[in-house]
Amino acid sequence: MSLVVKDLHAAIDGTEILKGLSLEVPKGEVHAIMGPNGSGKSTLSKVLAGHDDYEVTGGSVTMDGADLLELEIDERSRAGLFLAFQYPAEVPGVTMANFIRAARQARMPEGEELEAVSYYKDLYAKMDQLGIDRKFTGRAVNEGFSGGEKKRNEVLQMMMLDPVYCIMDETDSGLDIDALKVVADGVNSMRSPGRGFLVITHYQRLLDYIEPDHVHVLAAGQIVRSGGKELALELEARGYDFLKEEVVVAG
Amino acid sequence: MYTGTQEAIDIDRSKGDFSYPESHKFDAGVGLSPATVDYICDVKNDPDWVREFRHKALKTFESKPMPTHWATKDLENIDFDIIRYYLSDGTKPTRSWDEVPDDIKETFERLGIPQQERAFLAGVEAQYDSEAAYSNVKEELEKDGVIFVNSTEGLKEHEEIFRPWFGKVIPTGDNKFSALNSAVFSGGSFIYVPKGLKVRHPLQAYFRINSENFGQFERTLIICDEGSELTYMEGCTAPKFETTTLHSAVVELVAMKDAKLQYITVQNWSSNVFNLVTKRGIAHENAEVRWIDCNIGSRLTMKYPGVVMKGRKARGEVISIALANSGQHQDTGAKMIHAADETTSNVVSKSISVGEGRATYRGQVHIPKHLKGCRNNTECDALLINSSSRTDTYPAITVRGNQHATQHEASVSQVSAEMLFYLQQRGLSEGAAMSLAVNGFVNDLVREFPMEYSVELKRLIELEMEGSVG
Repeated sequence: MSLVVKDLHAAIDGTEILKGLSLEVPKGEVHAIMGPNGSGKSTLSKVLAGHDDYEVTGGSVTMDGADLLELEIDERSRAGLFLAFQYPAEVPGVTMANFIRAARQARMPEGEELEAVSYYKDLYAKMDQLGIDRKFTGRAVNEGFSGGEKKRNEVLQMMMLDPVYCIMDETDSGLDIDALKVVADGVNSMRSPGRGFLVITHYQRLLDYIEPDHVHVLAAGQIVRSGGKELALELEARGYDFLKEEVVVAG
Repeated sequence: MYTGTQEAIDIDRSKGDFSYPESHKFDAGVGLSPATVDYICDVKNDPDWVREFRHKALKTFESKPMPTHWATKDLENIDFDIIRYYLSDGTKPTRSWDEVPDDIKETFERLGIPQQERAFLAGVEAQYDSEAAYSNVKEELEKDGVIFVNSTEGLKEHEEIFRPWFGKVIPTGDNKFSALNSAVFSGGSFIYVPKGLKVRHPLQAYFRINSENFGQFERTLIICDEGSELTYMEGCTAPKFETTTLHSAVVELVAMKDAKLQYITVQNWSSNVFNLVTKRGIAHENAEVRWIDCNIGSRLTMKYPGVVMKGRKARGEVISIALANSGQHQDTGAKMIHAADETTSNVVSKSISVGEGRATYRGQVHIPKHLKGCRNNTECDALLINSSSRTDTYPAITVRGNQHATQHEASVSQVSAEMLFYLQQRGLSEGAAMSLAVNGFVNDLVREFPMEYSVELKRLIELEMEGSVG
């Protein structure tokens, strides 16, 4: 059982960004995708989540055997796909507590109501774990949040919605080292044989705390190298430039 | 901005969209003439001064042109000759639901009125077409001297309190529709709260239109004597007919020195209703008049609740939410007339336009030169859902003199594609995402409504938003 991306091509406004990307994230594993700016990292996360701006021009994506590309954005979410956004949107007037509650309610069978007491108990426990002040339940989603607060709240939502596959888009950006540790602890506590992670990052730093099983390097819309966690260290030491040369040679 | 499906789906207002067969003992027939006015006077057994008042008003109505030089041309589509101006079954309002005729009782049960009365209201009046079918107020309030009756009973039984204020806050000739109401009014509430009495639970009136080709013209007068407090709520629905229905009320509020009067409206008219209502309050020294208004439904609503701040330190407030769906125009706003020193007014208006819906804000703030220490704050925010939605803002703030403080803010926003993507990625359907975003937009105002109404409001907004995306 895994999230399988095969020869995926995707374009925005007629410009192809993903050019035959293939990847398999089995349940129970953490895969990291690293790459320079403009390599297509964020595009990959948005295409997997189903963003309307991107057109899939070739290839396939399946989640535990089901065709992901056939599903609407919200259907993908309810089927177990979660995207922790690099830049999560603000939702004025909607409190964090009501937002997460609505998301949980959307997963309930028709006619069933979420039980409020156990919901809040669960919410508070996870907020405590992530070091989020309880007053955030009453604040409008992401409105006036600092970069770090936004990222913690993305992880909080991820924990509350219990997804099967988690895509984390540059979750480390904007985090100081203490916040990074807390967020990484949260993610690590969610690691299980029933869940797969795709961690997208520009820097190796995050992978010191969320140790990946596999590292892939994305450049110009393709995976150009895959390896173990030591690949991340090599990239850190040598930079991305040497990869560009390899792509040219390969091409 | 969301640019998908443009047509708003016709919403089944399952709660309000039903009607019972008509059985009218009294029917003024179609069209409006002095004979219509006499018919109404005869049926209601009006005193002579009321008959005279009505006939004068009819002349004023006939002499006034439609205000289409500033208002929408859609007004010209009202055919006054095919409307029926008075319909009733001839029974008197009862104090017990058991005595209300079955179909009328069932109507109000389906709308949840007796249940609400038991749960949280101090008194209820339920009007069916032209007359109240039910009217009751808790005994202890009655003992304290609170009067809560319909306008007919008010003008007959309590003339000494009723008459000095009737037509004084809103004169007959204020506008064409206040004149129309003055000619043919029937129903509505008359309330008097004695000095110093703070009524803890709200009083409520519910206005129900059941008949086709009909005009409902209720007339409400509320007087809060010195130092008293009252919250009054009105709700309204009508079934969806092919033909147009007219609802043209006049509501006059009087808050004497130190009194606090809060008037809450949740309107959910069907989309064939012309809702042309004149609402105004007078606030005497250190008194407060608040209009909290939610306008959903109707074909055209024109409503600009106003407060005349007549005494020093009087306060006026209008808080309004309007939602205009396809085929609807919500032309709403506020009038704040400062007529004494150190008076304060606050206007907060939020509108949502969906599909081809159109929301208009019209505001008038008047602070004359000879006063000092007056303050006004006006905020109007519009949310556009589809690219075909429309909003207009016409704020007219006239401040003379330099010892005043005024502040005006207006904004137009959209539900961004990125916000919808974010909400949908959390598992909300497009419709649910849109309705959550819209509820967020009006959330701070919805909180001003009593709990029982705010829940209903959120549900109404969700229903309206269901059709907005496809």
